[in-house]
Amino acid sequence: MRTRGRLGDRLLHAYTWLIIIWLSSPIAVMILFGFNDKQSKSNTTWQGFTLRWYAELFDVSDLTVALRNSLVIALVSTVITVVIGTMLGLALGRHRFRGSGATNFLVFAAISTPELVMGASLLSLFVSGNVPRDANTIIIAHVLFSLSFVVVTVRARVVGLDPSLEEAARDLGATAWGTFRQVTLPSIMPGVLAGAMLSFALSIDDYVVTSFVNGSTVTFPLWIVGAVKTGIPPQVNVMGTLIFGIGVLIAVANAVAARRRA
Amino acid sequence: MRRLTPYLLALPGWMWLAIFLVVPMAAMASVSLQTGNAIDGFAMTFSFSNYGDALSTYSTQLLRSLLYGGLATVAMLLIGYPVAYWIAFRGGRRKSMYLFLLLLPFFVSFVLRTISWNFLLADNGILFGTLKDWGLLPEGFHVLATTFAVVGGLTYNFLPFMILPIYVALERVDPRVVEAAQDLYATRAAAFRRVVLPLSLPGVFAGVLMTFVPATADPVNAQILGGTSNTMIGNIIQTEYLTNLDYPTASALSFTLMAILLVGIFVYAKALGTENVLEAAAR
Repeated sequence: MRTRGRLGDRLLHAYTWLIIIWLSSPIAVMILFGFNDKQSKSNTTWQGFTLRWYAELFDVSDLTVALRNSLVIALVSTVITVVIGTMLGLALGRHRFRGSGATNFLVFAAISTPELVMGASLLSLFVSGNVPRDANTIIIAHVLFSLSFVVVTVRARVVGLDPSLEEAARDLGATAWGTFRQVTLPSIMPGVLAGAMLSFALSIDDYVVTSFVNGSTVTFPLWIVGAVKTGIPPQVNVMGTLIFGIGVLIAVANAVAARRRA
Repeated sequence: MRRLTPYLLALPGWMWLAIFLVVPMAAMASVSLQTGNAIDGFAMTFSFSNYGDALSTYSTQLLRSLLYGGLATVAMLLIGYPVAYWIAFRGGRRKSMYLFLLLLPFFVSFVLRTISWNFLLADNGILFGTLKDWGLLPEGFHVLATTFAVVGGLTYNFLPFMILPIYVALERVDPRVVEAAQDLYATRAAAFRRVVLPLSLPGVFAGVLMTFVPATADPVNAQILGGTSNTMIGNIIQTEYLTNLDYPTASALSFTLMAILLVGIFVYAKALGTENVLEAAAR
């Protein structure tokens, strides 16, 4: 019985790694072909190693602009989303108030709405209201589709939080703000951080919603899709590789710092 | 002041959802009943026939989208549950490392990942081209532009969204509860079926919700991996909206798609038991 259990565990362990490798394989391809010394127009067969595309990283100027747009939009929309999403998550997780049912439904609806429908309906609104489409409308859309994920992760954390901890803090003379900062916030922080990471990833990733509300502002994913027909320049691979590397570095540094503190 | 706290906390988020989710739906509902064209403008004529026309023209793509979305969701559940299970119960101190590795694809743009697949699976690309050169595959073998490529791409792209909520639900399961079941002479299988599985259902519910909806409505995988014979409803809506500028048809299709998905979610929620729908969705 025990050995069977151990064998099953070992198989599942191997299986988990297999899935991780599957999920990572396109990333490996992306990184590899950023080093491809391609001579022809298309970057599809391996033709030798080069660092040329790293040296000429910003030579495709509209691609550079698109990348910068994506980073700024992701940063701004994540900050907005985390602040208002954490507030809403706290309100829904901790309090019963008039309209909390309806608000829960709205949060639920925002998750269930397909990106496509969200983009199309926002475009309908902006067209009807003659709102010019630019980076601002992209940020509005990105906050909208990220918001519910922050609310949901924070709310789950708040619901799981023992209220007697906060009561104890209040009994020991902490102010409402002090209790929030020193008891509530640290307890819900994993939820807030998870929500923030998800928001940033969703924003920098998004193609579908953005394609409806971008106007003439081009983001990194939009530029790439636009370039599929003419051929993706290797600079895209390099940028993807750098974003990937920086993201991984930040995440690992974060985890190491958290372990030091503990 | 204390009584006002929840309202003040909820206000900004609530307003965002009301103004940018509810109001646009109303705008789109209105557009879906209008007639006209992009040059002369559109006028409200309450033409409910827009819906019938759009549906009869694009029913194939709509049904195909539901089928592909459903197939991908089942595949993700079957592929993802064991991974979430193993990490939650056997991940030990490396749990966060495994989760991090599963989330690695999120550090690369969705579009770029799909293009990488297109590239990996290309008829004469690095994978199949090599195998063909070695004579291990017939010359005519291809994966791109097939149903398998699109469903596989959808499964690949949304899998982490299935694994994470199931993991969160399983991670909350106290291992002592499972031990208790086994102490009471439940076999491992029975302990899983009667204790672990029911406790993980909220995670499964959230996972299915987070994957079926975006997979069904996704235009990117069909566009990049599907060729011309696997067009999904997302591609049609995008083309009608952005290329043909036929806003009424596009809006009618968007609404129909959303209605079908919402009804599907509610039927599905009813089947799982309604009491915890919102709570389950929250996890």
